[in-house]
Amino acid sequence: MAKGKGLLEVKGLRVAVAGNEILKGVDLTLREGEVHAIMGPNGSGKSTLAQVLAGHPAYTVLAGTATYDGKDLLEMKPEERARAGVFLAFQYPVEIRGITNSYFLRAALNTLRRDRGEPELDPMDFLQFLEQKLKAIGWDDSMMNRPVNEGFSGGEKKRNEILQLAVLEPRLAILDETDSGLDIDALKTVAETVNKLRGPGRSFLIVTHYQRLLNYITPDVVHVLADGRIVKSGGPELAHELEAKGYDWLRDAAMVS
Amino acid sequence: MTSIEAHVQQPYKYGFVTDIESEVVPAGLNEDVIRLISAKKDEPAWMLEWRLKAYRNWLKMTEPHWPNVKYGPIDYQAISYYAAPKQKPKLDSLDQVDPKLVATFAKLGIPIEEQKRLTGVAVDAVFDSVSVATTFQAELAKFGVIFKPISQAIREHPELVQKYLSTVVPINDNFFAALNSAVFTDGSFVYIPKGVRCPLELSTYFRINASSTGQFERTLIIADEGSYVSYLEGCSAPMRDEHQLHAAVVELVALDRATIKYSTIQNWYPGDEEGRGGIYNFVTKRGKCAGANSKISWTQVETGSAITWKYPGCILQGDNSIGEFYSVAVTSHRQQADTGTKMIHLGKNTRSTIVSKGISAGRGQNTYRGLVKIMKGAEGARNYSQCDSMLIGDQCGAHTFPYIDVRNSTAIMEHEASTSKIGEDQIFYLRQRGLSSEDAVSMIVNGFCKEVFKELPMEFAVEATRLLGISLEGSVG
Repeated sequence: MAKGKGLLEVKGLRVAVAGNEILKGVDLTLREGEVHAIMGPNGSGKSTLAQVLAGHPAYTVLAGTATYDGKDLLEMKPEERARAGVFLAFQYPVEIRGITNSYFLRAALNTLRRDRGEPELDPMDFLQFLEQKLKAIGWDDSMMNRPVNEGFSGGEKKRNEILQLAVLEPRLAILDETDSGLDIDALKTVAETVNKLRGPGRSFLIVTHYQRLLNYITPDVVHVLADGRIVKSGGPELAHELEAKGYDWLRDAAMVS
Repeated sequence: MTSIEAHVQQPYKYGFVTDIESEVVPAGLNEDVIRLISAKKDEPAWMLEWRLKAYRNWLKMTEPHWPNVKYGPIDYQAISYYAAPKQKPKLDSLDQVDPKLVATFAKLGIPIEEQKRLTGVAVDAVFDSVSVATTFQAELAKFGVIFKPISQAIREHPELVQKYLSTVVPINDNFFAALNSAVFTDGSFVYIPKGVRCPLELSTYFRINASSTGQFERTLIIADEGSYVSYLEGCSAPMRDEHQLHAAVVELVALDRATIKYSTIQNWYPGDEEGRGGIYNFVTKRGKCAGANSKISWTQVETGSAITWKYPGCILQGDNSIGEFYSVAVTSHRQQADTGTKMIHLGKNTRSTIVSKGISAGRGQNTYRGLVKIMKGAEGARNYSQCDSMLIGDQCGAHTFPYIDVRNSTAIMEHEASTSKIGEDQIFYLRQRGLSSEDAVSMIVNGFCKEVFKELPMEFAVEATRLLGISLEGSVG
């Protein structure tokens, strides 16, 4: 694969939550169009990395930098990051009572369009736009008129995140354990959709505990995060190695280093 | 939580004072003041007698202190009970209304001039103690609909007023209702004749302007057999350091197969952040489904007032009659609300629905208090109640007191309640999708209130969501 322009560059990132240092110096470079997987044991800081890149206020950056498209990402508010094309598929999507998925999606899309100086879509235009998107990923519209995530099963919530990804068309999509809680069919659907959304203008950072999602989405690079640091990076074969050997050998390596 | 709270605690937008020459009677309450009010309204003798009877009852009553609200003593002798802008004695046309009053209502979004009127809505504009304009009266008269200030109705339709006044809220019903009966000054009177579907929305806008006065409005709505009316009320007041008392009485009567839909957007001045000033909104509202298959539906959006004490209820007397109560009550700063409803089931197969949404922010205290009473003869009565509370921040409170009194074993009652808190996680989720934190709070609050907002007429739904700082865009309906 031809190397694209650098999109995200993280250097020496140290992050604490509630006084505990979770990330202890993360370095990461993601180019345009690349798919990187972040793997690691529970508590290694994978979700913290995803959340802090999206700007969750509960996390405190102690040191380091994150540059996104030439801008200081850490200085940007969460909504500014979103408008600049950073999307986080949440591990635990929240419910919003009384607001339908389609209303919510249109509000979000129009916010992004306004920011780009594009005209907002009225409900009719949006419906058409949405139909095309759904068709492209081969989904139906059964979730659109239900309140956002309310009464959704775990799998539906995760699918809904991917649907939002498809509609909002980010430049950097961060998937935070999107595979957890999915049965094999749902996992395949999500993976196929992500594959359809892959392209030169879109990069993915896929945070996962298990290798199984990577059976369907082949990453360009796999990183192993252990105890707040990236202890190993490699090609897709690294994921298979982890599946076979577990994380302990790397964790021990991290302790030593 | 600072961004969320800052958003909820927006400045009050209707706090201006109209500089207009007013006639204000000196503060104090006694029989002479009541005689003076009655004389100013050019009332018949029976009305004065009725007022005096109410006053004598009131003297024997004590102010209720069971609500879950706290305030200092009210000095009833320090209040002026009548204030009216001076204007030409006889108005031939609404266009002769004092331009300052016209401008005041225009600023409040209530145009009363002939050429600028709201389409589809007839408005009675009440300024302090008097109605200054009522639009579309002649047009409504063609359908036999009477819509006019109650002071005028007392003179022009004494038979209707005497037949129905205080049949739903007796003059000694409670302390504030008795006070209102003694000193009420203006409000609206509505009569919809048999079989008529009122062609316009009827609306009254109450404005308090003068200082050190109380406003005591009285509204009486009668829907005759098979008729329908939708009535809306709104209100606001200037920002002042003193508390002002607003004690209204509203009575609704629905005869056989009649339907009354009554909507309120209450936006009296709520006081400042420290709880200085603001209106005491002590109100008695009740409807009687007197006829079989009649229906009364209350919808209220209560965002204003320092203290709200209000329980719009329904007496379900006619068989198969229906009572509904949909409420959103918001308390922020140091506002306190103790509000809810009373559903009294008397007739067979009567049904009631209660949906209450309480939102507390800042140091606001929000109490839902509701009574559902199923009497012995109410075979097959049904009630569904839903009380949801939302907390914004950690210094506010939500309280729920549902009272249930069932005396007929065939009754079916359902009660659901929930309490939730807007959390940073919810806000963050929406911000991650590009929404500003203000829009995020708006969207969450809007969704929470949706079941109530969808009961409001469209113009009011827009106003209600705007009041909560919400961009609406078709999510209601």
